[in-house]
Amino acid sequence: MTGPRPAAPDGDAERAAPRRGRLGRWRDQALALGWLVVVWNLLWGEVSWANLAGGLLVGGGVLLFFPLPAVTFAGRLRVRALVVFAVRFGVELVSASLHVARIAVQPGYRPRGAIIGVRLRVRTDLNLALTAEAVSLVPGTLILEVDRDSGTLYLHVLDTHGSAQLSIVRERTLAVERRVVRAVGSDAELRLVETDPVEKGTLP
Amino acid sequence: MIATIADWVGAACLVAGALLGLAAAIGVLRFPDPLSRMHAATKPQVLGVLLLLLGIALRLRSRTDLGMILLVAVFQLATAPVAAQMIGRAAYRSGRLDRDLLDADELADRGPAGST
Repeated sequence: MTGPRPAAPDGDAERAAPRRGRLGRWRDQALALGWLVVVWNLLWGEVSWANLAGGLLVGGGVLLFFPLPAVTFAGRLRVRALVVFAVRFGVELVSASLHVARIAVQPGYRPRGAIIGVRLRVRTDLNLALTAEAVSLVPGTLILEVDRDSGTLYLHVLDTHGSAQLSIVRERTLAVERRVVRAVGSDAELRLVETDPVEKGTLP
Repeated sequence: MIATIADWVGAACLVAGALLGLAAAIGVLRFPDPLSRMHAATKPQVLGVLLLLLGIALRLRSRTDLGMILLVAVFQLATAPVAAQMIGRAAYRSGRLDRDLLDADELADRGPAGST
């Protein structure tokens, strides 16, 4: 890899993450605890004081005994972009499922595949994880390997017909990333995604 | 009236979900290598489960069950790609793939796999 890497100041700063300080960590923990309490109540099927107390107890225990590396959330939620992401995700999930189901039952058909690397532009853990999840469920692609340091996703593409299609898949993956960043990314990350239409995400 | 419609839509969802599950199973059986099989095990399978859940929700229509169904859907969406990735990665690293069926392999071009 020669030349300057695409600038991703946020990614590096956040991964180091000491400067966010105690307050941000407490907020992340509180969010996680709140989510666990909600899950606990849903599991019991009703919201009651006993369930809230039990949820706090169990959630606190889980956070205490199974600590996870902090996933910092630096951006903000944009409701409209979130809805766009969800709708597109639903549409693509349906079309992907029908596509795979069709070639599964088509007699005598042997699908070819390819493995490609797509370099994401925003290299935060949150973006990598969300994009990887979403990409796995949209047409034709499946995550094989994640290179966290360079922010590269390696995808297996099912049912390929030549290399022209591979560049379409690359662009589609980057489009998924753009929708993720538009929904939950910070302003700096958003600029990175929007102002970089030339970068096709190809590996050198 | 609305209850009848919900029942019928729910029934349609159940049938569609079951059919997708069947297609996923056929895909897992028929596809030539593990990586292709994981495609069948994620996409039609996840949508099939979601449709089944939707169908059940439309027929049960009680708050207690809706919460549980929502949880199942969320965790299905969150875990299926991760499971597929782990299996796909294991298959790739142990060389269980048919290179004749691959048009390109940029993961091999990356060089020795050191970092994870």
